[in-house]
Amino acid sequence: MSLSAVRSPSASNRTGTPSWRLLTMTSKISSNKIAESLQIQFISEIHVALSSTEKWRAVAVQTWPSLVALAVASLAGLAVVALAGHSSLDAARIMFEGAFGDRYAVTESLLKSVPLLFTGLAVIVAFRAGIWNIGADGQFMLGALVATFLGVKVVWPSPLLAFAVIGVCAFLAGSLWAGIASALREWRFVSEVISTIMLNLIALQLISLMVHGPLQEAAGTYPQSDRLVEAARLARWIPGTRLHAGFLLGLALCGALWLLLFRLPLGFRIRAIGQNPEAARFAGIPVRRTAVMAMLLSGGLAALGGYVEVAGVTYRLYENISPGYGFTAIAVALLGRLHPLAMIPAALLFGGLESATRALQRNLGVSPVLAEIIQAFVILAVVGFEARRVRQWLGRRRGS
Amino acid sequence: MDLNLIESFLAAGVALATPLLFAALGELLMEKSGVIDIALEGKMLAAAFFAVLVAYWTQSPALGLLAGMVAAVVLALLFAFFVLYLQVDQIIIGAGMNMLALGLTGVLYRELFGMTGQTITVPTFSAWPVPLLRHLPVLGRSLFQQNILVYLALLSVGLVAFLLRRTRFGLYLRAVGDSPAAADAAGVHVPRIRLLAILLGGLACGLAGAFLSIAHANTFVEGMTAGRGFIALAIVIFARWNPIGAFFIALLFGLASALQFQFQAFGVALPYQIVLMLPYILTLVVAALMGLRATPPQALARPYFRE
Repeated sequence: MSLSAVRSPSASNRTGTPSWRLLTMTSKISSNKIAESLQIQFISEIHVALSSTEKWRAVAVQTWPSLVALAVASLAGLAVVALAGHSSLDAARIMFEGAFGDRYAVTESLLKSVPLLFTGLAVIVAFRAGIWNIGADGQFMLGALVATFLGVKVVWPSPLLAFAVIGVCAFLAGSLWAGIASALREWRFVSEVISTIMLNLIALQLISLMVHGPLQEAAGTYPQSDRLVEAARLARWIPGTRLHAGFLLGLALCGALWLLLFRLPLGFRIRAIGQNPEAARFAGIPVRRTAVMAMLLSGGLAALGGYVEVAGVTYRLYENISPGYGFTAIAVALLGRLHPLAMIPAALLFGGLESATRALQRNLGVSPVLAEIIQAFVILAVVGFEARRVRQWLGRRRGS
Repeated sequence: MDLNLIESFLAAGVALATPLLFAALGELLMEKSGVIDIALEGKMLAAAFFAVLVAYWTQSPALGLLAGMVAAVVLALLFAFFVLYLQVDQIIIGAGMNMLALGLTGVLYRELFGMTGQTITVPTFSAWPVPLLRHLPVLGRSLFQQNILVYLALLSVGLVAFLLRRTRFGLYLRAVGDSPAAADAAGVHVPRIRLLAILLGGLACGLAGAFLSIAHANTFVEGMTAGRGFIALAIVIFARWNPIGAFFIALLFGLASALQFQFQAFGVALPYQIVLMLPYILTLVVAALMGLRATPPQALARPYFRE
């Protein structure tokens, strides 16, 4: 996502960062084309160097397309409800109360946003690197699968050890799953769109196989696993609600990812190969290795989400463990304009949407896949706003 | 091995290959024109749903088919608006369209047919055996005792091949996909050619989706396309953008899917989940083996901006 609204070139005070050094490096190569294409890269760097009023104006300019997109999507959702023969006003009220009506509803909405924080971050890392990882869903499932296996079959001496070991193993499982797609992409030139979707479908069957087989509960009644042992579960931090430590972990990771993407060399390389792989290669960035790193990180983050969901909320594995979190995450990430911090409100909102559509199902019997329609419109609207034609049209209006 | 078993296996394989073939041919035309559409799945799903809906209301599979094609073409038009007029990223829009179709069909299905758990059945295209050819050994039953859509799919292979290689439109299509700037300079209207390709792709997805619901399963199930749109996407690459190749690879995938009905008959006890995984695993394995040699149309997935 380009930050074309911010065009001020006043960023000379940032010579110390590795990214800046890279710019001087590219100018040494003295190819205009390369410098030009990398220039786009630094617009986001400049963002930081602006004075605070300029910065807030920039933030406002950045935010309003997302807000309009949300409005469009909400109206579309309500229109579908109206088409289905219910009162839109009633639906809007039920949805709002379902998501934010009382303290419990709010914490439930926050709870529903946790998997979206993790999968949203996964999508951000991949998309920033120019990799269309549509497979966060499958990576999430792999994380949940590995976490359940370790949480059910192993006797843990302490919760902290369980957290560390299961967390790392889940991360690695997701990395492995994404790594398959990454290897096919980098060495066999197979589109990651196809491979990640195939891996999603395989993961779905793998979970089904496990909960009907080796991981099925001892009672043998339902296709689900036994409950995780106490030590493997995540602590709840607000008594009387189901909100768990995974939420805090998710927020912390958002901060960490911001640091990685905008303050560390690896993050700079990830963004560089996403913006213009050709220019990045000329600038000496190992494109293939960076792409693999981004994908492994992406898969690992999504898988952590699966672990947190199992260890914090469900305590069990079952076939429907992910109602499409990996796809919702695409809408979340785009709404947050592929920024790890701006994504947080988007994830919270979509957590609320999840609660809202469930309330709608309880009260009016509307299928919760309504959320999919709203998410789809969010994607179409956000991307539509990025279009050159739309921006030119808006620019003309503002200029006149 | 029993000849009867082989015949029914082949027949099932051809039937399962049909929606893949339709969708793959549609995608092939689009990709040849430089447009990548990952929303085959969504268009097939919408077509499957509306085909069942109209076939259920009118008790006519032909009208159902028509409705399915219209639904897919409407989605194709929406896709074209974003891709050709707004010129935004084709992959993201495709992902959004897939979600839209999944949500729309899911909500409408629940509203219209309730959650009784009772599956609706609709009138379907009955088999139409080809005179004479149906008496051929083995091939007769698998290829020539199918319904009319299967023949249409087979015919489309030749049609697409002819269109691409022997017609002016085909030449324009390939030019626009390989070098839009050159085509533009030669007086070809790039967006118009791409729009035609997208509409043809929509029609093909409509046929694929309608086939699934009103010529194969006789009902609609939420998410019934089950990744077939993406397998079709892969088939195009494996076939290296060649319609004849697409036919053979679609057939391979159809046969792999048909295995699930055969394992029991052959007395092989595999968990059904493994059997369901087979086409997906096959896709990845074939991709790993063949991916290296694929060379897509030069301008694939790139919006064309006039200088």
